[in-house]
Amino acid sequence: MTESTMKPPKKVLSPVNWMRQHLFSTWYNALLTVVVGYLIVTSVGPLLNWVFFDANFQGSDPSDCSGAGACWLFINQRLNFFIYGFYPDELQWRVDFMFLLLAVSFVPQFIERFPGRKWLGIFGMTGLPLIGFFLIPGGSFGLEQVESTKWGGLMLTLILAYIGIIASLPIGTLLALGRRSEMPIIRGLCVVFIEVWRAVPLITVLFMASVMLPLFLPEGMNFEKLARALIGITLWQSAYMAEVIRGGLQAIPRGQYEAADALGLGYWRKMGLIVLPQALKLVIPGIVNTFIALFKDTTLVLIIGLFDILGTVQSTVTDPAWQNVAVEGYVFVAFCFWVFCFGISQYSQKLERKLDTGHKT
Amino acid sequence: MKKQTIDSRPAGPKPWYDPRVRSLFFQVVAITLVFWGGWTLVDNTLSNMESRGISTGFGFLEESAGFGIIMHLVPYDATMSYGRTFWVGLTNTLLVSAMGVVAATILGFVLGIARLSSNWLVAKISLAYIEVIRNIPLLLQIFFWYFAVLSNLPSPRQSVDVGGTLFLNNRGLYLPEPLTQDGFGLVWGGVLAAIAAVIGIRLWAKKRQLATGQIFPTFKVGVAILVLVPIISYLVAGRPLEWEIPALKGFNFGGGITIIPELAALWIALSLYTASFIAEIVRSGILSVSKGQTEASKALGLPHGLTLRLVVIPQAMRVIIPPLTSQYLNLVKNSSLATAIGYPDLVAVFMGTTLNQTGQAVEVVAMTMAVYLTISLLISLFMNIYNRAVAIKER
Repeated sequence: MTESTMKPPKKVLSPVNWMRQHLFSTWYNALLTVVVGYLIVTSVGPLLNWVFFDANFQGSDPSDCSGAGACWLFINQRLNFFIYGFYPDELQWRVDFMFLLLAVSFVPQFIERFPGRKWLGIFGMTGLPLIGFFLIPGGSFGLEQVESTKWGGLMLTLILAYIGIIASLPIGTLLALGRRSEMPIIRGLCVVFIEVWRAVPLITVLFMASVMLPLFLPEGMNFEKLARALIGITLWQSAYMAEVIRGGLQAIPRGQYEAADALGLGYWRKMGLIVLPQALKLVIPGIVNTFIALFKDTTLVLIIGLFDILGTVQSTVTDPAWQNVAVEGYVFVAFCFWVFCFGISQYSQKLERKLDTGHKT
Repeated sequence: MKKQTIDSRPAGPKPWYDPRVRSLFFQVVAITLVFWGGWTLVDNTLSNMESRGISTGFGFLEESAGFGIIMHLVPYDATMSYGRTFWVGLTNTLLVSAMGVVAATILGFVLGIARLSSNWLVAKISLAYIEVIRNIPLLLQIFFWYFAVLSNLPSPRQSVDVGGTLFLNNRGLYLPEPLTQDGFGLVWGGVLAAIAAVIGIRLWAKKRQLATGQIFPTFKVGVAILVLVPIISYLVAGRPLEWEIPALKGFNFGGGITIIPELAALWIALSLYTASFIAEIVRSGILSVSKGQTEASKALGLPHGLTLRLVVIPQAMRVIIPPLTSQYLNLVKNSSLATAIGYPDLVAVFMGTTLNQTGQAVEVVAMTMAVYLTISLLISLFMNIYNRAVAIKER
């Protein structure tokens, strides 16, 4: 082995030296460490007591809570409501089945070398929404119908986020292609559409969907509240999706477009066979990030009166039967969202590192 | 040389294969579809509004609103017009956005720099803050501050009292209000004179440095002028300022400045949430400046402070500013979540109460959307101007 290929020796620091280097390197670092350390030590103890040691997990009504720590038992009591909303108890197997399908198609995406994970992903994008479309509302194939006003909780949050992303993908792709089109009128229309939707807050979009959509439609034709919210979310989300996909289209070198032209491919075959497969692969992390943003934003539907997971918890903590459980309720929802969003964002960062070929333009 | 005319040019493509004809055709189809769709919508809307008895036009803006608003920066009472409620909502939106932008920027920069700190504990705490806060929905955080923290504060009679001038209770934060007396104009004059003097000194110092190479301590002198001149003019004018201290009257406080809990909750949540995104932007901006730049400036003998100010920060800002502006835009848009806790912003007041009372959805929604569109276009315009100014000048 020549000298040049030898790696530098690993630096192993003893704990004392490590602390000297990372915590007490200068006088102000030492001061900072002491102050921050003191704050942590004094706050962690009471926090742990509140969350675990003084908390109440068992029991059935508010009087079982001692008041010294968190009152977690109310989550236990209302968990069914937080997950399914008002969905009838005896029909909840349908929702459970969809949860299972969702897990089967998307959890393997986190595991590399899982056999056939690509096909599971494709099923998750095509077959799964189709099954859900018939299974959740019922009303056909002899399934009992469940009004969308009875849907709620975690299930509604997942439906909103999932449909929002699935429906906005094709619309966003078309908008992105339109924005890069050589036809000035089509390009102009797409630019206006994208920029207008991106400039307004989601809450005004939801208001618009719930107040103005009934005015826009011909008399006698109307959608349920949930469908109107979904239309609003999809239009709004597809504008964001278009910008993400445009980033990918721009990253494809000109040579690819020209090569496709030279082969005599028409526009749609050029885009569908050459450009989009490369561009979409590039922007998977971006799509995942917009999905996380959308997932957090679905909580806004509670303002127009839909009961997503935050809505169900909010209606419980303002319920006179359960008093002073607001903090516990919010911590529970925050934990649910955090686990989900943090997990996906870690995955997206991993993916970004994997797809990063190191020669970005 | 033989002259050859090409008689039989290959026939052009058939018209339906000609790209120009095709593109014209598709554009005509697109524009027809858009106009047809737009016309159908307008037609449907008009006939729907007629059948429901909703009036059209902007005449409603002149009518009396008849509802109170808990916080207004422009004079307002229930007898004023719906048009006035628009301005009340807009100023409230701008107020909370401006407060949020300032707080989020400061906190975000502190967190972003702390994330790169050589102190392991500080860096990890900053990381934990960022990863926790930005993965929790903003609306939930607003609810947390409003319903779980601020409404659990003591009642007005048991207010938290800071030195008898500052009171905190579940109705809000009460601060003393400065009331300017006669002669305060002199202080304003002093402030303006100080600013002018500092700009003058800076220009002179720069010119002298270019000519002679001597460095003038502009920063220290400037701070001294900015602090001393207004204080001196304040004393000369005979201290023309009085403080109105809030006092308990009946069940609540009166006098002074009140920060209502809705504003406080929204402001805290917006700032904390946006700061976690800004911190990541600042971190990546600082990391984007290559190590060679710092080493080169050290080699030139620049001290640490000047290295940061003249070499690292200007290059980092180039990377930081574009995503930072889009975070500011997000903050302005997110301030519309005010409606969930009842802070009277544009969406809550105008798109909420005014729309419900008048029923004129089309006009109200259009005006609200136009406001957000204008704000966002203005911010991107400034961003583009700035971007052009700091972009790498390639020769």
